[in-house]
Order: sequence, then structure tokens, then C-alpha cells
Amino acid sequence: MMWTFLIRRFIIAFFTLLLITMICFVLTRLSSDPMAQYATVQRMSAEDRAALRLKLGLDQPLPLQYVRWLGLALQGDLGQSSFSKEKVSELILQRLPLTLVLMLSAQLAIVTLSVVLGLIAAVKQYSITDNIITAFSFVGFSMPIFFIAFSLLLLFAVKFKEWGLPYFPTGADIWDPKDIRELLWHLVLPVSCLVVIQVAGYSRYLRSSILEVLGLDYIRTARAKGLVERQVLFKHALRNAALPFVTILGLDLASLLGGALITESVFTWPGMGRLFWEYAQRGDFPVVNGVLLLTSGAVVFATILTDVAYTFIDPRISLS
Amino acid sequence: MAAESLPLDTKPAETGAAPVLTPTQLVWRRFSKHKMALAGAIGLILLMLLIVVGSVIIPETTANEGVIRDRLKSPSAEHWFGTDSTGRDVFARIIYGGQISLVIGVFAVALSVSIGTLVGGIAAYFGGWVDTVLMRITETVLCIPQLFLLIVLGKYLSKEVPTLNIMGRSFSGSVLIVILVIGITSWMYLARIVRANVLSLRELDYVSASKALGASHTRVFFAHLIPNTMGPIIVAATLGLAGAILSEAYVSFLGLGVQPPTASWGNMLTQAQSFILKGSWWMWFFPSLFIVYTILCINIMGDGLRDALDPRSGRSA
Repeated sequence: MMWTFLIRRFIIAFFTLLLITMICFVLTRLSSDPMAQYATVQRMSAEDRAALRLKLGLDQPLPLQYVRWLGLALQGDLGQSSFSKEKVSELILQRLPLTLVLMLSAQLAIVTLSVVLGLIAAVKQYSITDNIITAFSFVGFSMPIFFIAFSLLLLFAVKFKEWGLPYFPTGADIWDPKDIRELLWHLVLPVSCLVVIQVAGYSRYLRSSILEVLGLDYIRTARAKGLVERQVLFKHALRNAALPFVTILGLDLASLLGGALITESVFTWPGMGRLFWEYAQRGDFPVVNGVLLLTSGAVVFATILTDVAYTFIDPRISLS
Repeated sequence: MAAESLPLDTKPAETGAAPVLTPTQLVWRRFSKHKMALAGAIGLILLMLLIVVGSVIIPETTANEGVIRDRLKSPSAEHWFGTDSTGRDVFARIIYGGQISLVIGVFAVALSVSIGTLVGGIAAYFGGWVDTVLMRITETVLCIPQLFLLIVLGKYLSKEVPTLNIMGRSFSGSVLIVILVIGITSWMYLARIVRANVLSLRELDYVSASKALGASHTRVFFAHLIPNTMGPIIVAATLGLAGAILSEAYVSFLGLGVQPPTASWGNMLTQAQSFILKGSWWMWFFPSLFIVYTILCINIMGDGLRDALDPRSGRSA
């Protein structure tokens, strides 16, 4: 049964991905002219241009161009940047490690913090602590990420430097990501930025699902049989309350690959989001398509994985 | 929030002869009991008052044309929120930018709600392959990261931007494009909600009765199914408004949105970005503050609306 489910899901996933590439290809291809960069090159004659168009396959109708791109993509060849001539796969691979460093450390902090806050808020429902956490999560939830980014930058990078305190780097300096101390030092501000934004939603979500679970009969049973409150909370309540959380988390983990465009731009972090943005600005459609394929593909497969993982965590749910 | 609402979830006592209330009255009753939500609504009204009154008092030229001699002035009695790098008054720009941001938000939500309602409703109403195709498309679009989609679509649509003249004022055509882009990229969640709702409504007796009486598909759809799905639609639209204003800020921040000199809260921040390290904090602080304030009011109000419109939802969330 597991296998038929998986096969069915993978077939659907394949068509979803196909549709995604189609949408993205048409949009990116229409929004940018790969020949535009040569418009100012003096040495190029009209014949040269025509020859290049032919070579790049730009003379063919759009559907044919798409099929050609898809054919190569299926073989793992995403083509090369139309500006720097670097291979798209290499460009992506260069950015991948630092994207994951930023996003995974942020995610780790986010999950830990929101579990703690959600739990506290739920256990002390309607107390002052709960109200403060709720208020903060509402504000955090309503905040555009650049507000936090700018504030952190101003306070910890600019003002701390002025006041002669140990300050964090703005990210605009030149640094070596291989040096672990420098890496961590540069990581602090962007990670805190992501944490502030994300913890708000997560902790709120956990709070309500914990509250829901705490009202159930088996919790009363657990308390009635004399379990310590800590055991009731962690062993009984949290485990079940975390179930819906897993779905959200699974999908968010996939979107980590896409990086965090705004945060990366503000702190000049060399991640995937900025890769996308830099090349999208110039209309470099092979790179843009590559990143889109990777990130949406990750979401598609994460959905399947989450569904499968769910059956292991929650035996009540079967795949059929 | 308040102490009088005890967490003990007892059923309200049955009152003998309760007055008959219309659904709207019932919703209003529940909504107005939600103090936070009411505060959010009042906060929004105050903001709109500020924007309307402000744009009557302050001429638009103050917002769009600066005096270069006065550039980068910190907040003072003359310029409450300081001036930006081209000497424009930040307060005036916030007023006029607020107009643009709110207008974009409202129209983008209207667009996304229309698309979402139609897609979700049609999928559920007709079922079968129509449902499969529409929902596959919905899920496909959901898989693409929204910000990436915004950028690609924004780039595609913003190749040629005409200047519009509406009611004696000229707007950058980018305003229209931003509305389109946000509307097209944010209808998916609503489509799913509407679909789920219509699916359950479709089987009810009054729908069959209406069909038996010879009502057309359009009539059944718009006269019965959609009005009965209004609750979730209103909630989604309210929260969607917050999302749309944020999206506008993000898109304009990246330079793909509203083009200067037309101000929007988002594009004020783009300009400010290069001045953070130089310490001109007022250039980004005040526009951001207005964004946070607006979104906060809308979110709180949306939360209250959800509780008020959905009789099943308790006060736990």
C-alpha cells in the first residue's frame, strides 16, 4: 500500500514539476531578452547577432525552446548563465552551502524558541506572561523583515561601533566563510532577524495546538494517575501537539533552499535568494529557471516526505 | 484576554426567550465583544482619517518634490519625520505613500479574492476533471516561492510602464502592475478554503431544491453557494489585506514595485537602505512603523472577525 501511494504521488509530483517549469520558463523567457546584453556591443554586426540567435536557439518558437530546455534539464544540464557563461548548476552549488548554514541555524533557533514560548504561553494561559508573548508574536507577525533587519543593523553594527562596544559586522565587509569564527560572527544578525519574524507565527500556532491537546481526556487521565506535570507536558501533550507542526515544518524546510532574499540582501549574505535576485534583475533566465526548478522541486518532494513522515509519527493516519 | 472569560469551556446557559437576531447582528455582537479586534478596527479608521485629512492639508508636491538644500534633515518641528535624501518631507510621503499602499492592498485583495473564489467555487461545484485540473494548478502555483513568483511576474509585466492620469493626479503605471502581480500570486489559499466550503454546501438540500426549481448554474453559484461561504472569504480577505500590503512593501523595496516619485511605504525603504549605515534612521523607521501599525491593526481585526464569523471556533486561538 505504501508503494502504490508513493508511486501515485511521484507521478503527480512529476506533472506538477512539469507544469511549474512550464509556467516559470514562459514567464522568465518573456520577461527578458537574452540578446539585450549584446545590444550595445559595437563590434557585433547584424549577421553576428543573427548567428548567435540561431546558436542559442532563440529563433525557434517558444514551445520548442521550452522542450529543448526541458530535455537538457532532465539530463541534469541546466544550461549556463547568459551573462557570465558560468554553468547554472555550479552557480547554485556555490551558493548552496552558505544558504543552508544560514537557513538551518535560523530554523534550529526558531523551532527551539517557539516550542519553549508556545509551551509557556499555553501552560500559563491568560497570565501576564502569556499576554506578553501573545502581544510580541502579534507584533512580530505583522513586521516586514527589513524593519528588523534595519533596526538590528543600526543598533548592533552602527551604534555599537560608535559607542565603542563590540559590534557585529554589517556584512558589507570582505570576509572568509571558511573561517568558522568569522562565519559565526557574520551569522548572528541575519539569523536573529529571521528568528524574530518566524518565531511569532510558530509559537502562536504551537500555543493553540498545545491548548487544544491539554483539554483532551487522556491528559486528564495522565494527571489523574499521578504523573508529574513535566511528564504530562513533555511526554503526553507536546508530542501530540507537535503533529500538525510537523507538516508546517516539513514544508518550511523545503523553502529553506530558496534562502531568504530580503535578509540576504540587507546583510549581503551570499545565499540562494540573492543569487536569484541578482540574476533575475539582469534577466538571466537560465539561472532564474534553475533556482526556481530547484526550490519548487524541493517543496513538491517535501510535501510527499511530510505525508509519509506523518504516518510514522501518527499511527492513526494511513496513507490511503 | 480579560480575566472575566474563564478558561472553563462551559456551554452558555440556554436563555428562554432570546431575541431573534439576523446573522449580521449576531456577527456584530460577537465581534464587538472582542475588545482587541475592535481596537484594531478603530486603529485602522484612525489611520485612514490621518491619510485622508493629511492629503487634504498637505499638497502632493510636498511629497513628490523635495528641496535639495534640506536633504537628510533629522526630525524637527518643521519636518516631523525628517527629510529624505532628495529633501522630500518624510511625513508627507508617508501620507501619500499610505494612500498608494492601501489602494494597492485593497485592489490586490479584491483581485485575489475574485480569482480564488471563482477557482475554488467552480472546482467544487462542477467536480470531476474540472476540479482536478483547477486544484492541480492551484497546488502547482503554491509550490513556487511567492517572493520569487512576485519578482518574475513583476519583471515580466513592468517592461513598459505608462503614466496614468486619474482624477487629475498622475500615477506611475507601476501601481496597476503591482496590484496585478500581488493579486495573481495570492489567491491560492482562498481557492482551497472556498472549495472545501462549497463542497460541503453543494450536497445540502436547499441547493438541490434550487436546482430542481430550474435555477441556472450561475444562479445557484452566486445566489446560494457564494453567499454562504462569505464568512471564510471575509476573514481571508482581511488577513489577505495585511499580506498584500506587506507584499507591496517587499516588491517596492526590491525596486520592482511602485516607481518614484510616486511614494509608497515600500519604495521609501529602498531609498533609505543605502543610508542606514550613515545613520539617517528616520528615513526607514517611520515608514516601517506605519507598515507595522497597519498590518498589526488588520491582523488583530482579522482574528476577531474569524472568531465572530465562525461560530464553531472557540476563544482558544
